[in-house]
Amino acid sequence: MAVEYQNLFTRVQVRGPVHMGPALAPGTWTRQGKPFFVYWYGKFGDAQIGPFYLGTLGLLSIVCGVIAIEIIGLNMWASVGWDPVQFVRQLPWLALEPPPPEYGLSLPPLNKGGWWLVAGFFLTASILLWWLRTYRRARALGMGTHVAWAFAAAIWLYLVLGFIRPVLMGSWSEAVPFGIFPHLDWTAAFSIRYGNLFYNPFHALSIAFLYGSVLLFAMHGATILAVSRFGGERELEQITDRGTAAERAALFWRWTMGFNATMESIHRWAWWFAVLCPLTGGIGILLTGTAVDNWYLWAVKHGVAPAYPAVFPPFPIPGVTQ
Amino acid sequence: MSATNRRLLALFGLGAAFLLAGCWERPPIESVQRGYRGTGMVHVANPRLEAAKFAANQAPESAPRVAVEPNAPLAKDVYKNVKVLGDLDVGNFTRLMAAMTQWVSPEQGCNYCHKEGNFEDESLYTKHVSRRMLQMTQTVNSKWQSHVGATGVTCYTCHRGMPVPSRIWFKDGEGLEGGVFAGWRYGQNAPARSVGLSSLPKEPFSAYLLGSGEIRVGSAKVLPSDHVASIQHTEWTYGLMMHFSESLGVNCTFCHNTHNFATWDGSPPTRAVAWYGIRMVRALNNEYLEPLGPTYPKTSLGPTGDAPKAYCATCHQGLNKPLYGAAMAKDYPELLGPIPVAVRATPPPTAAAPTGMLGKILFAVGKSELSGEAMQTIDAAARALVAHPQVKVAISGYADKTGNAAKNLELAKERAFAVRDALKAAGVAEDRVLMKKPEFVIGGAEADARRVEINVAE
Repeated sequence: MAVEYQNLFTRVQVRGPVHMGPALAPGTWTRQGKPFFVYWYGKFGDAQIGPFYLGTLGLLSIVCGVIAIEIIGLNMWASVGWDPVQFVRQLPWLALEPPPPEYGLSLPPLNKGGWWLVAGFFLTASILLWWLRTYRRARALGMGTHVAWAFAAAIWLYLVLGFIRPVLMGSWSEAVPFGIFPHLDWTAAFSIRYGNLFYNPFHALSIAFLYGSVLLFAMHGATILAVSRFGGERELEQITDRGTAAERAALFWRWTMGFNATMESIHRWAWWFAVLCPLTGGIGILLTGTAVDNWYLWAVKHGVAPAYPAVFPPFPIPGVTQ
Repeated sequence: MSATNRRLLALFGLGAAFLLAGCWERPPIESVQRGYRGTGMVHVANPRLEAAKFAANQAPESAPRVAVEPNAPLAKDVYKNVKVLGDLDVGNFTRLMAAMTQWVSPEQGCNYCHKEGNFEDESLYTKHVSRRMLQMTQTVNSKWQSHVGATGVTCYTCHRGMPVPSRIWFKDGEGLEGGVFAGWRYGQNAPARSVGLSSLPKEPFSAYLLGSGEIRVGSAKVLPSDHVASIQHTEWTYGLMMHFSESLGVNCTFCHNTHNFATWDGSPPTRAVAWYGIRMVRALNNEYLEPLGPTYPKTSLGPTGDAPKAYCATCHQGLNKPLYGAAMAKDYPELLGPIPVAVRATPPPTAAAPTGMLGKILFAVGKSELSGEAMQTIDAAARALVAHPQVKVAISGYADKTGNAAKNLELAKERAFAVRDALKAAGVAEDRVLMKKPEFVIGGAEADARRVEINVAE
């Protein structure tokens, strides 16, 4: 028991005096409130909650976010006639739909997609304000802005889906509805309409980076847990002085994969894979409908997709001869 | 962690596993390859569920046919008011009536359609409906072999021993339009059985199986062209396809290739059969089922007051071939088409006002001139209107998708005006002819897309 807490993989929760964080340059807001501990939070991360920093950007972002969620939620509730039971039961099916195609990029009535535009505006404002917060807080702490730029990659995909592509297509109706199942149905319909997204090379790249991220995450997590008995989770020390944990981990991968990342480069690998997933995905969505109308035919034209041998007997195609 | 805690956690885990297990079909799942290897062209079936289906979809035995003697009396010689089957010999007429009773109203018996002790009585609405259904069956078997093949259909294909077939549809009355100020639903986003409990549009049938909205949404060209179909339009098509899949007990690959749903290359031939099926159901709903609305009592009508209509499930009931392709119709040749007659009794003019579609006028490619056939259709519609001065009609013009979309819209309008002018010339007052722009003006490439419809205005 005596040494168990020194391992990352521990059942012992060590609790010292509250940690107030590094000293920051004086700003408009200070961190507020008396910190407290939550035992169950400690099971998953840091048990200490607070002190809090809200800031102007954070507050504005939360206000915009709450407005957006309220508009979406109340529209969903209205769609079941304000029945609380049905709201809960049907929640996965409910949605706030974008305007129908006949409105193009014009302003539709509130209850025919207008609410969608308003909710989209506030959600976008909330996300962009929170992005600014991640950037400025990182700077305030003297950190790099890697998190902000990774977040920006995700925002790029979000903006392509809900704003940039609909504007290029000249219709809000091209955008994604706010809803759990409805946005999945949108995804399937999108692929069917544009001749199978499977043949979109940027979609393929995005999936490669997505699965690659998952793989790297699992490999890295497993490696660090495996050498935590040698103090491997103290990555900072291991970067400046390799130590026995990092050396063992590196040698393990040389034996099993023939190559090893370093304590630093593994994080660059992971960051780029994660960031490239929405970046390439966004490009793929942006090109769909604007530059390519049928990805399968595009892939055949450019020699990407194979021509399969005929299996079924030929038959007259109905409706083409008149 | 205490022992109680651990036990609680185990219980919780078990409960979660049960909940999740309810979400999918219990194995075994068998898959049969149908297309080229590695393309996912497989038919998926669960033998346990197939066994239950097999038991529920067996065709009844047919009674032996009555031998017809020369100069045997015909049904019309023996009974009065036999309007559809009058030229059938009376022996086989009686046999068919007995079979129909077993197929449609085994519990209610003959008196479901006939007034007790008076076969010629015309007071029951069911008699009028079944007469029309006999004609519909003959039409399906004689004019729609592109879909039903030589197998054909009988009353049993849909009815299965029930006066009203179990799988029918009405126009959506639930108003998935949501609230007045918020909560607009666009006819979708509710768990609906009609579309396999997805959140797709729950009633795509009015648009595609009554109207002739364009179902194909995939583009046939690599680069953007004049082909326009929104994602929302695609979801309506998707909803209809969910119904196809559920009704036939098959997945998408039964009719489509996996790499590109829009292309015919590499599609199984079943896709052509389904294509004709869509046209057949449209025709039956428009010519037979919807116009029966005024014949039914209010209780038989849908929430918006429309007549019950057919879709894929009405006949198929979970199988890609209804009743596993049992060829019942060949035992009843009188159902295979109108009985050839020398002199047909002309039906007495109906006193009821006309409803539904009064006429459909077809046009040549890019033209809005009326053909001779078109003039006949318009004359017939005009006569019906003159006979019923209270009836107003709505004229809707359509065009096919070939060529420039804006020009086609203009063309559809010109066609509608041409029909209006012809109706006026035939003596119909102008204020009784309304012009109505349809929801989907542009149809497919087929001849049927270049048309004008004359519908009775509500």
